[in-house]
Amino acid sequence: MSDAAAHAIEHPTTTGIDSRKVAIWTLIGSECLLFASLISTYLVYKGKSLVGPLPHTESQCMLHGKMQACEPIFSIPLVTFGTAVLLFSSFFVVLALYGAQKGNRKMLITWLSATVVCGLFFIGMQVYEFSHFYHEGLGYTTNLFASTFYTLTGFHGSHVTVGVIWLATLLVMAIRGKLPAGKSLNLEIAALYWHFVDVVWIVIFPVVYLMR
Amino acid sequence: MATSVVDHAPASHHEPHTGIWSWITTVDHKRIGILYGVTAFIFFLLGGIEALIMRIQLMKPDNTFVSPELFNSLFTMHGTTMIFLGVMPLSAMFFNYFIPLQIGARDVAFPRLNAFSYWVFLLGGLFINFSFLINAAPNAGWFGYANLTSNQYSPGLNTDFWVLGLQILGVASMAAAINFFVTIVNMRAPGMKMLRMPMFVWMSFITQILLLLAFPVITIALVFLMMDRHFATHFFLPEGGGDPILWQHLFWIFGHPEVYILILPSFGIVSEILPVFSRKPLFGYTAMVFSGAFIAFLGFGVWSHHMFSTGMGPFADAFFSLSTMLIAVPTGVKIFNWIGTMWGGSLQLKTPMLFAIGMVAQFIVGGLSGVMHSVPPADLQQTDTYFIVAHFHYVLFGGAIFGLTAGAYYWFPKMFGRMLDDKMGKLHFWMMFLGFNITFFPMHFLGLNGMPRRVYTYPGDLNFEFWNQVQTWGSLLLGVSFLVFIYNMWKASRRPADAPADPWRGATLEWLIPSPPQEFNFADVPPVHSATPAWDLRRAGGGTLPEPQRVSGAGIHMPRPSYWPAVTAVGVLVTIGSILFTHAFSQWYFITLTGAAILIYGIYRWAYEPAF
Amino acid sequence: MDAHSHAQGGDHAHPTPGLYFKVALVLFVLTALEVLAYEVGHGRMGADLQRIVEPVVVMLLLVLSAAKFALVAMFYMHLKQDPKVLTNLFIWPLLLAATVIAAMIVIFSYWRVVGAK
Repeated sequence: MSDAAAHAIEHPTTTGIDSRKVAIWTLIGSECLLFASLISTYLVYKGKSLVGPLPHTESQCMLHGKMQACEPIFSIPLVTFGTAVLLFSSFFVVLALYGAQKGNRKMLITWLSATVVCGLFFIGMQVYEFSHFYHEGLGYTTNLFASTFYTLTGFHGSHVTVGVIWLATLLVMAIRGKLPAGKSLNLEIAALYWHFVDVVWIVIFPVVYLMR
Repeated sequence: MATSVVDHAPASHHEPHTGIWSWITTVDHKRIGILYGVTAFIFFLLGGIEALIMRIQLMKPDNTFVSPELFNSLFTMHGTTMIFLGVMPLSAMFFNYFIPLQIGARDVAFPRLNAFSYWVFLLGGLFINFSFLINAAPNAGWFGYANLTSNQYSPGLNTDFWVLGLQILGVASMAAAINFFVTIVNMRAPGMKMLRMPMFVWMSFITQILLLLAFPVITIALVFLMMDRHFATHFFLPEGGGDPILWQHLFWIFGHPEVYILILPSFGIVSEILPVFSRKPLFGYTAMVFSGAFIAFLGFGVWSHHMFSTGMGPFADAFFSLSTMLIAVPTGVKIFNWIGTMWGGSLQLKTPMLFAIGMVAQFIVGGLSGVMHSVPPADLQQTDTYFIVAHFHYVLFGGAIFGLTAGAYYWFPKMFGRMLDDKMGKLHFWMMFLGFNITFFPMHFLGLNGMPRRVYTYPGDLNFEFWNQVQTWGSLLLGVSFLVFIYNMWKASRRPADAPADPWRGATLEWLIPSPPQEFNFADVPPVHSATPAWDLRRAGGGTLPEPQRVSGAGIHMPRPSYWPAVTAVGVLVTIGSILFTHAFSQWYFITLTGAAILIYGIYRWAYEPAF
Repeated sequence: MDAHSHAQGGDHAHPTPGLYFKVALVLFVLTALEVLAYEVGHGRMGADLQRIVEPVVVMLLLVLSAAKFALVAMFYMHLKQDPKVLTNLFIWPLLLAATVIAAMIVIFSYWRVVGAK
């Protein structure tokens, strides 16, 4: 984690920004195209599913071994709640970073814990949602909507998982007193990644859930 | 001069500098560059042998030298190998070795990430070629068009090796791209503003941007294809509502930037060599920078010109046709600037210069045929014929490989402290130049006469035999020219390492330090006041530069060797490679979990290991 | 190390927790508006309102989402006070991503739209 920072002692960077911070922004820029590919696929396949269940409309679908009418599958209240939790986790992690930079360990640990809890909650929401859909007859391969939806939100979910593990690792370091103000950059880059995961959801939520 | 770094052992952490372990744990960008170069050259020769086998098969009508099945594997693996295991990592060799030297840095921004990139690349290359040993080499073309790649039309592991191998190689490319991008943004010597960077660094910089933006798209496309093949989805399968054309879009959104990823480093190398051997600064430096950037920008807006025959409709055809033609403008600017650089210069036709001029000339041919098939009606005649094969070999062999070979002759003395023989180099050039043109120019004729690509043979009454035979002899000449190159390098390795620091009177920073450079590159980071800092110093010294001395690097902290990058790379290989086994046994995911465990363990050990 | 990690370029006025909280509130309100637009646009609040909102609901959602995106990027990701180079690292790929999505939609809907005429 301290490759470039140690470099910087001898070799101040050209931009004045730590190389790790430039790197995480580079990665974020690159990941825009990853999610663009997933979102475009979701959108060009919208309405092309051969069978149900469908997200917003009633449809014919195979359930319990026979074709039957199915309700729209999305539950907007549940996912709105998950969205709010993820948004607040972004708020919490900036507070944690603020604490870390000011050397306020208590603030750091409190808000970083809150962030991790929010992240776990979001993952829980997604697991619940997926298993609910599955019981409603929407398996991964049921139709194009299912495959594109699960792949898109699954990719996002795996990013959330990586973020939670990353932040939890930093939380353990913080609790052990190994994240002093001078090392707050460690948290800053993790937080940038976390915010990116959040803004991706800011796009997914309306585009996937709220547009019919 | 003769004092070696080892005597002082300043920078080392008392680790040995020889032996295989030192290579496995190295984080030195120069050693990693050499690893890239050697590995990629071996893969390149392999791809060349595949091509020669195809040429022998096509030498006469109805030939049975290889089976149709093997021929499919040969053209698939030839394309895949040359692009992902040949040209890209050969460029990566130069990125590794010369980006830090040309910008006056002691290493790349993330030395261990750099080692990781190499190990992932090596393992990915071995993985994809391993398929030959179990008779399951990829055989659906390097473009892997759906639904040829479906389980129905591609049963067996062949396409799986391709999908997963490319995914592994993608990890290596992404890691390297982030690393070099940050290195160029953040590690430049004092005074080296963006518009003072050597042109090779500039073109490398643009290449990294293309890699960063194009590779995520192929990653997703490959994930979809993997899901189709292993987890019963229908992303590209019409029977489930999927659209095979989606694959082509995703593939070419990646694929077109990819061809600029292959050619831009070569543009950079040629832009370094032409001024040095013309004894003139590069003509139109700023125009060169912006035309390179413009090519990259347009590169994302032309992908569907690979797909005119899919019937996208007049709107898309017109748009992509115009955007493709527009690319000729910045490319033309570059070519005029190269000619402008040579114009009125005192040309020294040494080997690197010959290859550089050859590159410019041949790239013009390939560029012009490219403009020809930017016109959709013409393209419909040319698509899937040897005309296209001629076109992309003129840009990728005549362009990229000639440029890379020019770079090899130019920088060999810096990398190994030994000069390559100029006479043999010239022999290599003329053999390669003739061999290349004899092989690929007649493909224009054959293509327009209607010979389709990717077919293993042709009947005798179509009049294809004469040019095919000429091509095969040309390709053999081309193959032999590389033996001359190898012999030249072998002879050089037997000579003492006595190359001067600056054998060509170069313009850029790498020529100011001994050949080969010491581990820390620059004892003092040199100040930069222009795009040609070495010429500035030479001018200030009245035309000569003092031969740089090897110095003690005491007090210079260099990164510590580490084997965690290699361990983590194994984790990547096992995690992604485990998907091969989904159809073989139901507990395949234990392999995935093992790989993930190695990966995560490697990352944590890496993260908590001190870098210095 | 200590001195270094704070020398992150433009060192003017770091936002305070108070500002972060205000941003969080706005994000919350915008999310509520998104859901409201969805509900109104799909007839939950009566047919009259639906008739007005439905034609613009996609536009409305995109604008609200872009606003949230911008708020997080500017304030939580500190692009507002960090050096411009970081903004460039984000905004250009983002524009490319948006263009790719738009182009794919146009290309894939072409025959459907033309065929309908």
